[in-house]
Amino acid sequence: MSFRPRLAEGTAPVLVVLVVLLVGLAIAGPAYSSPEGYLALLKRAAPLMILAIGQYFVIVSGGFDLSVGALVTAGVVIAARLIDGEDSATAWVILLVLAFGLLVGLVNGLVTTVLLVPSFIVTLGMLLVLDGAVFLWTGGAPRGALSPGFREFGRGAVDVPLLGEVPWSVLILLAILAAAVLFMRGGTGRALVAVGDNEQAVRLSGGRVNRLRLLAFVLSGLLAAVAAILLGGFAGVSAQVGAGLEFRAITAVVLGGVLLGGGRGSVVAATAGALSLEALFTLLNLLGVAGALESAVQGVIIIGAVAYASLGVGLRHRFTRTTTKQPATASG
Amino acid sequence: MRTTITLAGISKSFLGVPVLRGVDLELRGGEVHALMGENGAGKSTLLKVLAGVHRPDAGSIEIDGVEHSFAGPADAQRAGIAIIHQEFTLLPHRSVAENVYLGREPVRRLRVDRRRMVEETARLLDWLGEDGVDPTAPVSALPVAQRQVVEIVKALSTDARVLAMDEPTAALADHEVELLYDLVRRLRQRGIAILYVSHRMREVFDLSDRITVLKDGAFVTCAPTAELTSADLVRHMVGRELGTLYPERADPAGLGAVRLALRGAGNARVREVDLEVRAGEIVGVAGLQGSGRSALARAVFGVEPFTSGTLELDGVATRITSPRGAVRQGVAFVTEDRKGEGLALRQSVRDNALLVRRSALPPRRGRAAVDLAALLESVNVVARDEHQEVRFLSGGNQQKVVLAKWLAVDPAVLVADEPTRGIDVGAKKAVHHLLRELADRGVAVLMISSELPELIGMSDRILVMHDGRLAGELPAGASETAVMALATGHGVGEVA
Repeated sequence: MSFRPRLAEGTAPVLVVLVVLLVGLAIAGPAYSSPEGYLALLKRAAPLMILAIGQYFVIVSGGFDLSVGALVTAGVVIAARLIDGEDSATAWVILLVLAFGLLVGLVNGLVTTVLLVPSFIVTLGMLLVLDGAVFLWTGGAPRGALSPGFREFGRGAVDVPLLGEVPWSVLILLAILAAAVLFMRGGTGRALVAVGDNEQAVRLSGGRVNRLRLLAFVLSGLLAAVAAILLGGFAGVSAQVGAGLEFRAITAVVLGGVLLGGGRGSVVAATAGALSLEALFTLLNLLGVAGALESAVQGVIIIGAVAYASLGVGLRHRFTRTTTKQPATASG
Repeated sequence: MRTTITLAGISKSFLGVPVLRGVDLELRGGEVHALMGENGAGKSTLLKVLAGVHRPDAGSIEIDGVEHSFAGPADAQRAGIAIIHQEFTLLPHRSVAENVYLGREPVRRLRVDRRRMVEETARLLDWLGEDGVDPTAPVSALPVAQRQVVEIVKALSTDARVLAMDEPTAALADHEVELLYDLVRRLRQRGIAILYVSHRMREVFDLSDRITVLKDGAFVTCAPTAELTSADLVRHMVGRELGTLYPERADPAGLGAVRLALRGAGNARVREVDLEVRAGEIVGVAGLQGSGRSALARAVFGVEPFTSGTLELDGVATRITSPRGAVRQGVAFVTEDRKGEGLALRQSVRDNALLVRRSALPPRRGRAAVDLAALLESVNVVARDEHQEVRFLSGGNQQKVVLAKWLAVDPAVLVADEPTRGIDVGAKKAVHHLLRELADRGVAVLMISSELPELIGMSDRILVMHDGRLAGELPAGASETAVMALATGHGVGEVA
């Protein structure tokens, strides 16, 4: 197989945005004059980037996953209650949280593919169910505590030869990203994008459309569980830890130029979108913009990015409509 | 005096790409003027210039000696030019009369004058000789052919003197085409100038008085239809001699074993089908729309599987219950709906060509390296590179990508439903030769086509379907009359 680095369509803008933001950070904040500052940014951004990778799988195959924020909260709350500060319980609770994420993804995927409920509705329902369950279980105030060993993944760092201290979360992120890139280069990954483009074509090519979409939801749920483990360590236990993360992840993916409705976009760009978003919030913070503006900024970004994408498509479309034989635009 | 519309030296570019270069076109009242050319020759753009949708960069439009410049479609309509688009623009839940007067309803005492609307519509229908259409019926209740009548009446109600029809038969079933012919002839008699854009050679020769041919946006020729042969026309459109469109048939003695056999196979849409296709053989399936010819193809491929009878592949009885099962047992399927079912349009040539391999084969075989360059070369795809999205390719090249994705898995049986629909003559020829090459390599090919010359030119044997059943079998080179007789439900004996 010949290796040829190639930018997928729609990747370039987000890379430009990211570079501009990183340069902006270097100018605005003295902390970003050294690699450590950027490493800290990456550590902070890692959970969102991992969520964006999961969300990418679902969006590129033609769906939405609105349940990931609630899943993160549920993961953290469950872990805190089950571990209750007991280090010996760390390993099996981590496995349990991962299994829980996988199970939620499996349910999302099965209801979407077998019962044919639109994923937007299924995952919205799952969001409400998880939120309600967490509230019922905790009464609004989570009990228990995470063990130091559990929190190590979100907080701690490890000595890597040549690089020095690298946060665990960054290493985990890089491993997941590398795996995702390899997966998307392979046949299954390409088929997943094709499902988002034209599922009937995949079906008539002998592909298992339902399995592919199910896989996307399972991966999204699993990665949300990983994000929960990192966020629990990084931010501690609260019933709001995952609130709004689903929209942030969707914004990140859209900012990365991934087409809503599926069929186009790269996982690297989606991840870069998440990092850009985190960099933007950091920059706004440094510039003294009120934190309350964050969600407004996010709203503007998501509308702007989708408008930019459809404007581009619209222009191309208008051009092809005039040169090939398509029905005319007007008359009558 | 009859109207004359003269377009002279029309040029138009989009983003610096010239699409029309100094095209001349003259339409006269009372004639059917065919406009022909390959995909991308500029026919549709010329039509839109005439309709006032595009303003030409250069050139003039004269109607009866008066020069016109259209600022928009409304201007062209006022000058008496109407366009019937490929896709219908009717509101299905409104009545015929309401559709005809949509947006310009006659008003009386501040209210829509329904009675006048209905009367005027009835008058126009009557004038056209289509008094069988009820002006108060909802459009959704009408058959497709009558909807087209409504479109035409709508155009005529604006006092159109020129009617441009873009592929008017594309949406029609075979028997409705005759009705359209009659209608067009009546319009001609009434002095309307008709510009008829079509790909179908036979329609053009049946209907038109003169033919203008475009190639690559330039005017090639304009001649009375009677002075042209179809070979002339192809030469003008393609710009070179195409040679024969159809490859040589298989030598009956050289055919291999039976690869696909159906015995009494049926489902909800086809009944008791018996057929055999041998290695190296192309068997054509003819039939009117709705006769079950596509249903048969889809049943063999497991889209709507057979529920009775048996299906044998290479002599072994088997069940095909899904497209995946079909692919895994060596059956390939070229769908008639290339864009809807055949390709993932936003994906690259590479990803589409490998789609079947990756989706259906067991991982070990599917991941084995495949010589993509050689594969694309073998079907002769013209693309910028393997990473170009297939939606930017011409219809012909898209179809070659569809064939490539099946060649990548080395099928034993290929079911091709309308494999040359909507592609230009040059690409048609290429697809024909590819199908024959496949057969020569031992593939059993079952080919469906609604174009009889193609079906007859390609097939080693012809099966004709009628009403969900096989109505009969004809040898290679059978006449169109014989095929039609079976397709319409008459026995062979009755025509002979």
